[in-house]
Amino acid sequence: MKLKLIPIAALLAAALASPTALAQKKYDQGASDKEVLVGHINPYSGPASGYGTIGRSIAAYLKKVNEEGGVNGRQINMITYDDGYSPPKTVEMARKLVEQDKVLLIFQPLGTPPNSAIHKYMNAKKVPHLFVATGATKWNDPKAFPWTMGWQPNYQTEAKIYAQHILKTKPNAKIAVLYQNDDYGKDYLKGFHDGLGAKAKTMIVKEASYEVTDPTVDSQMAQLQASGADTFFNITTPKFAAQAVRKAWDSGWKPVHYLNNVSIGVGSVLKPAGLEKSIGLITTSYLKDPTDPQWKDDAAMIGWTAFMKKYYAEGDLTDSFNVYGYAVAKTLVQTIKQAGNDLTRANVMKQAASLRNFEVDVLLPGIKINTSGTDFAPIESVQLSRFDGTTWVRFGEVMGK
Amino acid sequence: MSRRDILGVVALLAGACVLPFVVSEYRTFQFTLVLVYAIALLGLNILTGYNGQISLGHGAFYAIGAYCAAILMDKYGVPYWATIPVAGAVCLVAGFLFGLPALRLEGLYLALATFALGVSLPQLLKYHHLEAWTGGVQGITITKPDAPAFITELGLALDQDQWLYFFTLAVAVVMFVLARNLLRGRIGRAMVAIRDNHIAAEAMGVDNAMVKSLTFGISAMYTGVAGALSAIAIQFVAPDSFNIFLSITFLVGIVIGGLASISGALYGALFIQFIPNVADEISKAAPWAIFGLFLIGFVYVMPAGVAGAIRMAMARLQRKRQNP
Repeated sequence: MKLKLIPIAALLAAALASPTALAQKKYDQGASDKEVLVGHINPYSGPASGYGTIGRSIAAYLKKVNEEGGVNGRQINMITYDDGYSPPKTVEMARKLVEQDKVLLIFQPLGTPPNSAIHKYMNAKKVPHLFVATGATKWNDPKAFPWTMGWQPNYQTEAKIYAQHILKTKPNAKIAVLYQNDDYGKDYLKGFHDGLGAKAKTMIVKEASYEVTDPTVDSQMAQLQASGADTFFNITTPKFAAQAVRKAWDSGWKPVHYLNNVSIGVGSVLKPAGLEKSIGLITTSYLKDPTDPQWKDDAAMIGWTAFMKKYYAEGDLTDSFNVYGYAVAKTLVQTIKQAGNDLTRANVMKQAASLRNFEVDVLLPGIKINTSGTDFAPIESVQLSRFDGTTWVRFGEVMGK
Repeated sequence: MSRRDILGVVALLAGACVLPFVVSEYRTFQFTLVLVYAIALLGLNILTGYNGQISLGHGAFYAIGAYCAAILMDKYGVPYWATIPVAGAVCLVAGFLFGLPALRLEGLYLALATFALGVSLPQLLKYHHLEAWTGGVQGITITKPDAPAFITELGLALDQDQWLYFFTLAVAVVMFVLARNLLRGRIGRAMVAIRDNHIAAEAMGVDNAMVKSLTFGISAMYTGVAGALSAIAIQFVAPDSFNIFLSITFLVGIVIGGLASISGALYGALFIQFIPNVADEISKAAPWAIFGLFLIGFVYVMPAGVAGAIRMAMARLQRKRQNP
């Protein structure tokens, strides 16, 4: 009898000493010994259905994880709904996932308007709204919205990187900025100002904006050139980016030219602008590009290709959205893994905010995911690349946090 | 109204009142949307079903109503219930003004003109100079109303979804009663006369131009009121919420529900709210193909819409009862 009591006493003592050592299982709705139920919303139809492949690659990756035994012995089951990029539908689907399907969390809704529509709801319900697929900076606001977190580098982060690069390589630069006059353009502009800090006032000699409805940006480009600037930050969407790149070259200005990541498509922007006129453009990237020949023998990309062939055979092997889906799904799996047996919503959010130097193999070498209670921006480093006339060539160190 | 009709309406209302207490919050929210769509469909049905004018752009009036409510609540602190009549009035004027030039257009040409309205409005909402009010592409987030104090004093504990449902139900009942009175009266008969033969209507002294513009205005008003209610229920408006597909959905709703039928609006609303979800559950790969099958099935089985099918079934039942 006494002998039997000893282990119990020991256990009790251990439990008193450190409550977590017992690994007591705690669950919120959507989690159990068998499974973790995850909700997902993606546009499979409608104007943004091109992003649908992200949802399919995520589902394929989770299938792979489950076949290999799941996470901490639990299967990760994902319910995915189509919102057609329509905010009212996103609200309906988010409510369905939370109130009817009773998921533990909602993962990766796509687009700024759909996420804006459920931002308040998710935070009022205290349901993790994780790794949303948009570049806006407002998802990194842990004080006001402790249940929402972004994933990809946001616009401000990217702009700060350009600012750092300018400060390092050309501290006396005279900078001209062209930006689209909306939230996206202003987000970039704010990050750029913040990155330059006190020197923003003296270094930026001219800012010009355009409206999406403008036919061209020629007059803005003439103003910027006349300012005598030698460095140019180009915050434009594809059509205007092509115009600005061409004009900067044709007018003989030829400044050091930073182009935002939004418009780096070779086919959609640089070809129309003129490939030879695009040589020397500087931008940023964070994912390994499946079409880039330098990753031909890279273990991570070979692994990704094998995964695609086995679990998502109909997926396009040249589409970087499939790399994106794979990478973001790995981040989710890591978060759930870290949560261990405490699968409460609060702990999931805590673990999402406790990713330390987490590496996803399809991100560029040296880019690590870091979050904290005050930092809800998982990827904050990128690498600069320069256009050589045919492709983007990475250079320098990984920059950012 | 026959006694049977009155009994039917009373039973329907009683069922509608019990509903939010027996289903989940999420379902209550869905039924609120059904009521919202029913009001919008009623508006479109007045125009298309009763007056014979086809509109492919009613999503635009829905958007105007929604933005009226959102801007008034967000920028001017107007209480949510007061935004409904304002949204209705703004859309009445907008619809009437749009109806004036549109008068010259018949049938498919009018459909094209309204289509233009439907496709252009989301982009106009993104227009920079309106951004101070519309919030541009980011849209406007609004707060969901709580049940007012007097409800709690009555001893009823309604959560936000339940309260919003009853509020929407009350608006819907008022709008349906008004529509019924309008359509059964002189103006309603004039509308139908124009639809059936506008030359004969003119000969009988109907002011075609006036009645058509007015019908357009009233129809837009109904849709605008629905838009305002939807903004309050969804708590968010953005240009992407009101794409051209919404206008097409409304047209689908009135045809499925039953043209020129008041109750048809309700059936149509149930269809456009629930069938896409059912289709999505049947097949993730091709939900719209499934939706298409449903659509073809309905049109084939019930060529006069759900309301028409029910009417025919009732008539047959009555005939059987009279001569067994």
